[in-house]
Amino acid sequence: MTSNPGGTWPHAPGFIVGDRPKIVTSRFEYEDSYTLQRYLATDGYAGLRAALGRPATDVHDEVKNATVLGRGGAGFPAGNKWGLTPQGVWPRYLVVNGDESEPGTYKDRLLMERDPHQLIEGCLIACYAAGLSQCFLYIRGEMALAQERVATALNEAYAAGYVGKNILGSKFSVDIVLHWGAGAYVVGEETALIESLEGNRGMPRLKPPYFPAAIGLYGQPTIVNNVETLANLPWLLLNGAVAYTAIGTATSPGTRMVAVSGHVQRPGVYEIINGITTFRDLLYGEEFCQGIRNGNELKAFVPGGGSAPWFTPDQLDLPFEASQVGPAGSMLGSGAIMVMDSTTDIPRAALTLTRFYAHESCGKCTPCREGGTWLERILSRVVDGKGTDADLDQLMEVGESICPGAFPHASNEKLGIAAVPFPYRMNTICFVGPSAYAPVHSALTLFRDEFEARITKRVLIPVTAVS
Amino acid sequence: MTTIDTNTESSEMPEKDPNAVSITINGRTVEAQKGEFIIAAADRADEFIPRFCYHPRMSSVGMCRQCLVEVEGPRGPMMVVSCMTPVAEGQVVRTETPQVKRAQEGMIELLLANHPLDCPVCDKGGECPLQDQAFSHGAGESRFVEEKRHYEKPIAISELVFLDRERCILCDRCTRFADEVAGDPLISFTQRGNNTQVMTFPDEPFASYFSGNVVQICPVGALTAEPYRFKARPWDLEQRESTCTTCSVGCRTVVQSSRDELLRYQGVDSDPVNWGWLCDRGRFNFQSVNSEDRLENPQTKAGDSYATTTWSAALDTISRTIRHATPGSVAILGGARGTNEDAFMWAQLADALGVTMRDAQLDDGLPASIFSYPQATIDAACSAGTVILLAPDMKEELPVLHIRLRDAAEKKKIRIIEISARETGLTKHAWRSVRAESGTSVTAVQQLLADSAIAAQLASGPVVVVAGRANLAEDAAHTMAAVDAVLAGVQNASVLPVLRRGNVRGALSLGLAPQSGKDAVAILEASARGQVECLILLGADPMNDIADADLARRGIAGAKFVVAIDTFLTQSAAHADIVLPAAAYGEKDGTTMNLEGRVTNVVQKITPRGTSRADWMIAAELGLLLGHDANVTTLADVQKLMGKKVPGFGATTTSVAVKRDGIVVTVPTPTRTSFVAPTITPRNSYEFRVDVSRKLYDRAVGTITSPALANLATGVSITIHPLDLERVGAAIGANVRVSNAHSSIVLPVQSNEKVPRGTAVIPFNQPGADVRELIRHGDSVVDVRIESM
Amino acid sequence: MARLTEENVRLAREIIGRYPKARSATIPLLHLAQEQDGYVTNDAMAHIGELVGATSAEVYGTASFYEMFKFEPVGKYLINICGTMSCALMGAEELMHHAESRLGIHMGGTTPDGLFTLEKAECQAACTEAPCLQVNYRYRFRVTSENFDTLIDQLQAGELNSEIPAHGTVAAVRQHIPADRGVGAVAPEDVTEGPAWLDGKAAL
Repeated sequence: MTSNPGGTWPHAPGFIVGDRPKIVTSRFEYEDSYTLQRYLATDGYAGLRAALGRPATDVHDEVKNATVLGRGGAGFPAGNKWGLTPQGVWPRYLVVNGDESEPGTYKDRLLMERDPHQLIEGCLIACYAAGLSQCFLYIRGEMALAQERVATALNEAYAAGYVGKNILGSKFSVDIVLHWGAGAYVVGEETALIESLEGNRGMPRLKPPYFPAAIGLYGQPTIVNNVETLANLPWLLLNGAVAYTAIGTATSPGTRMVAVSGHVQRPGVYEIINGITTFRDLLYGEEFCQGIRNGNELKAFVPGGGSAPWFTPDQLDLPFEASQVGPAGSMLGSGAIMVMDSTTDIPRAALTLTRFYAHESCGKCTPCREGGTWLERILSRVVDGKGTDADLDQLMEVGESICPGAFPHASNEKLGIAAVPFPYRMNTICFVGPSAYAPVHSALTLFRDEFEARITKRVLIPVTAVS
Repeated sequence: MTTIDTNTESSEMPEKDPNAVSITINGRTVEAQKGEFIIAAADRADEFIPRFCYHPRMSSVGMCRQCLVEVEGPRGPMMVVSCMTPVAEGQVVRTETPQVKRAQEGMIELLLANHPLDCPVCDKGGECPLQDQAFSHGAGESRFVEEKRHYEKPIAISELVFLDRERCILCDRCTRFADEVAGDPLISFTQRGNNTQVMTFPDEPFASYFSGNVVQICPVGALTAEPYRFKARPWDLEQRESTCTTCSVGCRTVVQSSRDELLRYQGVDSDPVNWGWLCDRGRFNFQSVNSEDRLENPQTKAGDSYATTTWSAALDTISRTIRHATPGSVAILGGARGTNEDAFMWAQLADALGVTMRDAQLDDGLPASIFSYPQATIDAACSAGTVILLAPDMKEELPVLHIRLRDAAEKKKIRIIEISARETGLTKHAWRSVRAESGTSVTAVQQLLADSAIAAQLASGPVVVVAGRANLAEDAAHTMAAVDAVLAGVQNASVLPVLRRGNVRGALSLGLAPQSGKDAVAILEASARGQVECLILLGADPMNDIADADLARRGIAGAKFVVAIDTFLTQSAAHADIVLPAAAYGEKDGTTMNLEGRVTNVVQKITPRGTSRADWMIAAELGLLLGHDANVTTLADVQKLMGKKVPGFGATTTSVAVKRDGIVVTVPTPTRTSFVAPTITPRNSYEFRVDVSRKLYDRAVGTITSPALANLATGVSITIHPLDLERVGAAIGANVRVSNAHSSIVLPVQSNEKVPRGTAVIPFNQPGADVRELIRHGDSVVDVRIESM
Repeated sequence: MARLTEENVRLAREIIGRYPKARSATIPLLHLAQEQDGYVTNDAMAHIGELVGATSAEVYGTASFYEMFKFEPVGKYLINICGTMSCALMGAEELMHHAESRLGIHMGGTTPDGLFTLEKAECQAACTEAPCLQVNYRYRFRVTSENFDTLIDQLQAGELNSEIPAHGTVAAVRQHIPADRGVGAVAPEDVTEGPAWLDGKAAL
C-alpha cells in the first residue's frame, strides 16, 4: 500500500497541497480552515460584500463572463444556467447539490468539511445574482462531518449577520437551510434531488418537461448547482472574471478539483488548472500522483467518475478539456480518475462498478431497473468462470436495450479501433442505467480477451436421431 | 336547459382551432391539440403504440419506456417516450422503424425478465396487456435464464384486493390512482431499484372505496379482486355495456357474465360522467344479483310464513284488492331502483287508477321541485368558477362524483365552498369550508354572501350549487331554503341535485313524484290512520329507509293490504300480503336517468331469477287485469309510448341512450316553490345536535347480500368532539345512552376533533342500535342528550 | 415502538418550519426518529406522517428508498465497508473477509451482543484513501486488517464514545436559525413578486 504524506489512518486529509494557483482550496492548509475566524482572516465574505456593492444583474454578468463550468458532471456554465428561469415566475429557489456519491469522486465533501463558509458565501452570491429567495443545501446523508461543519458554519454565519435577514445590513435577505439525505446515489441527479427534498422517494423526473430551471422544487423555477461550482464564486467576485479566465483555457477557465484513486503512487485530490493539465501530467507528474504504484504499467483508467467510458494509455495526453475528451469517447464528469495497473482483473473491476449502478438504480424505469441487474448477474457469472460465450454477446444486447445505437468508447491503436464519441443515446430517464453499462461496454471493447479467457466454451454435443 | 347530445358530431366545420396542430405519424397526417401527448394523438389515429404505465386519465410518468418512438429532430431521429412528449406543429413521428422495434422488443424482454410466466393460472391471462403486447411487440423469446424475483404471493392488501408482487411490473398505475384519483395514498412504492415493490404500510390496509379500479387498470395480474379471483377466464366472459344504478351518478360499466351468472363489472370511460372509474360498492355488488336469497316466485302470506303461488293467482288477488278498494286509498311507494320504463309504466297505471299517493323517495332526499331550478351537469359543476356544496358527503354517497369534483378542485378548475355540519371527503379540497350546525345553513349562506372575498369569487364565473340531503335528522326544507338563498343572492347560479338512489330522478321525472303534497311521509301517516287499503312497495323498504322508524312501523302496520315487489324479502317486504319477485339489475333491459337527467341504457345480461319479471311488465299485466290495457308487449312498445307521452323525453331519447354518454333530457317537473327554514326550538337539556348520514357501506340490501361487501359496514357509533367526550365522561368505545323526548338508544361513543363542539355524528342504517328511533318526521332538527353508563 | 418524544416533536416543528412545504421535512424527521430509537419504528413513521401531512404508507415509501434508514434494530455500531471500485482495487474484499471473521458475522449481520452490524457499502467518497469504512458514518481510511482489529478493540473498550455516538445520530451538530435572523419559509403560492434586491440597484 502506498503512503500519502499526512495520509495516516484514521484522518487522512485526501487533499494534497501544491503550489499551483488555488481558487477553492486556498485555506485547506490551515488546521482551522473551517472556522469563521479563519475565514474572515483570509478574505472571507469579501466576495459577497463586493457582490452586494453591485446590482444583481452585474453580478450575474460577471459570473456569465467567467464561464464557470458546472462541476457536477455535465459541465454546463453556471451563469447561463441561472438565465434559464422563465421570466416573471416567483419564487425561485437554489438547491445545492452536496450529494456527492459518484464512484471515485470526492471534492465536494472536502469543500464542505474544510471550507464551509466559502460554500455559504458562494450560495449567497448565487441567490443574490439570480434572485433566488431561499437556498437548500442538500448534503449527502453519510457525510456526518460535512453536515456538522456546515451546520456550525451556518450557525456562526447567521449569528454574525452573513445569512438571513438583511445580510450585511443590506436589503438582501435569504435563508440557507441545511438539508441532509439518507443514502441513495441517484439523488445526486438534480431532479431526483428535488424529489428527495420534497420528501419523496428520490426518483428522477423526466426532462422535458421537468427541467429544474423551469419546473423544479415545488414546481417553481429552481437552480441546482454543485458544491464546487458555488465554491468558485467568492474568489470570482473578489478577483473578477478577467482574473478567473486568465487561469486555464478559454473554453475551460479556472481550476477544478480532481480525485485520483486506485493504483497510483500518490492518490489524492488535486486542484488543477482546467483545460491544460493532461491525464499524463496528473498520473505521472511529480507534483501529482508520481506514477503507477510499484512501477507497474498503466492498464486503463476511468477519466470522469464511475459512469465514464474507460481510457487506456493511448489517451494519456488528452487535457482536461471537454471538447477533446468527448470526441475521444468519454467524459470529464465529476473530476474523478480511477487508475488500474497491469495487475488489475478487468472483468472484476468492471463488475464492481456495474454492481454499484445496479444497486443504486431507483427502480423507476424498466431498462435501468431490470437491465442493470441483469448486466450485473451475467457479469458475475462470467467473473466467476461460469459464463458462456453467449453471455458476452448478451451483455451487449442488454446494453443495447438500455442505450440504443453505438455506445461511446475510446480508440485503441493495438486493437485497431476508432473512438465512438460521447455522449450516448439512452432509453432510460436518467444516466444511472447507462452508467451500469458503461464499464461493461468499455471493458468488453478494450479487453475482450480477458473475458474470453474466463468463459467456458460451449461444447456442442452432436445429437444423433434415435430411430 | 338545452338538450345536449354529446355523441352527434356537428356537420359544420368550425373555424380553424388556434390550438390545432398537425403532425405526421408513420407518414400519415394527424390532427392534434396543443399540449396533447403523441400517444394520445396516435390513439385517435389508430396508430397503436404499446404502453404499460400510460393511462389517459392520469398524469404521465414515462416509467415503463415501452412507448418509445422516433421523432425527427434537428440532429436526426430521436427516441422519445410518446406518453410525455407533447405534439408540435410539423412533428414527424415514426413508431415502426427498426430502431423503435428494437427498443420496444428490448423493453418487453426486460419487463418479462422478472415476470413469472404463470399465465395459465393467472386471472389476467387472456386480457393481459403484458401478454398481448409481448405477442404483438415482443421478440418471441426471452434470454433471461437467471432466477426471477421472489416474494410471498399473493398478499391481501385489503378485504377486496390481493397483490402478487412477483407479477408486478412497477408501472405506478395503482399507486398513482390511489394518490391522484382516489386521494387515498395508502399504497406506495417501497424499497428501491430491483427490489422496488408496491406495498401498504404494515397493518394499514388499502381501505379505499375505489380499490377495485386498481385491479382494472393493472396491466398484469398483480392485482386481483377477491370476488373475481379464479372465477372465470376472460375468453369465457360475455359482456354488454350498461350503466351502474347503485347510486345516481350513472357510471358506465360493462356487465360480464359466464354461463348465465354475473361475474364482474368493469368501468367504462364515459367522458361526461365517470371517466372509467367505479366505486367498490357499485363494482362488487353484482354478487347480490347472484345471491341464493333472491326471491324466485310470488309469495302469499299464510299466517307467519309465506307460501309460493303463481303469478296469475298473485296478480288476480292484487287486482281484486285494488278494484274493491275505496277510491283514493291505493298508494305506491318507490320506483327509484328500477328503470325509466318500470317507473313510467307504474305511473301510467297510477294515472289510470287515479292513484295520487305516490312517491319514489322515502323522505330521504329533497322535494322533487329541486329539478325545477336551473340545472347543471357534472361537467358544468366541474368547470364552474365556484361550486357550493349543500350536500351530503359525496365520498360516502356518490363516490365517483366525489372523484370528479376532487379532480376539478385539485386541478384548480373550480373553487369549492362547502357548507356542512362536519368535515366531509371534499373538505380538504375546498377553498372555503364553513361549519354550519344542522338547521343553520340558511344563516351560513347569508353570512357567506355578505363576505366581500366570497362575493368576488362568486362573481368571477359560473356558480353551481350541489344540493342534496346532508342530514337525515334535519328537515329537508333547511337545505331547500339554503339553495333558495344562494339563488337569490347569486345571478345565474344553477343546481346539480344529488339525490342518491339509483334512478330516483328518472322515477320522479316519469310520474312517480308526489302529487298535491302527498309524499312518502303523508302516505305513511295516512296508512297509519287506516286510510290506505292497498300499499304497493315498488322496490321500497321504508322499514329500513324512512328516517322516522316509528312512522315506518305504523304506516306498514296500518295498511290494509301490502304488496311488495322486490328482489329480496326485505324488512318491509316481510310485512307484505303478497310478494312479487322482481327482475334485478342485469336481468332486464331499459334506460335509467342519472342525477343530471342523463338518460343511458341498462342491459339484460342474464336470465331473470326464477319467475321474476321486470317491474314494467307487472304494471302492464295489472293494468290489463284492471281494464286499463296500455297495449304494450315489448320494451320497445313501452319506449314508444314514453316518447309519445312524456314531454321532453322525445322519440329519439331511448335510441340515443344506448350510446355511451347517453343524452341529457329535461322533462317537466313540479313547479318551483320557495322554502323557508323551519324554526328551531331551544335545545334545553338536549345539548347535542345530531347529524345523521349514510356511509358507503351500510345495511342496504345490495350490500348485505354481496358477500365481499357485507362485512365492510363500520357499525353504528356516535362521534363527538374530544372535549365534549371529556364532559360526557365516557371512555372512547364505551357505550353511552343517547336520548331525547322520542326515545333512547345505547351505542358506542367515539371522538374526533374535527366534529364541532355540540354536534354528534351518527351514521345511518348501520348494524347496531337504530338511530332512527330518535328521529320524528317534521322535526326541524334533532337534539339529544348523551350520558355515560 | 415509539412515537417522537415531546422534545423531538418540538425539534420536528422547528425543522418543518424551515420549509415552504412540511412534506420536505420527511427525511430529516426520519433521521430524528432513528436518532431517538436507533432505528425507524412504525409508530414513528405514522407520527411523522401526521406531522408533515402524509399517510404512513407514503412516509414508509420514502423511508424505505434510502439505505440509512433501518426498520429493525441494528448494532450500536454500524460498520459500512466500501466495496466500490477504488476500494475494491485496493483490497476491500480482503478487508471484508477479515471483518467477517473477526466479528463472526456475515455482511448484513449483527453480533449477538448487539454491538456491531456489518454492511457492505457503496462508494463513500474517500476513494484516494482506499479501502475505507465508516462507523456510524465516521470515516476510517486506508484500513488494514490490523487497524480494523484495533478499531474493534477500541469500540469494545468504549474508547471512541466521545467521537462516535451510538447508531442513529449522524451529525452531532444541528442547524438553528435564530428567530430574529431568519427570513422564514413562505409557501410558494403565497409569493407573487420577485425579491426586493432585484431593483436594478446595488444592495449595499
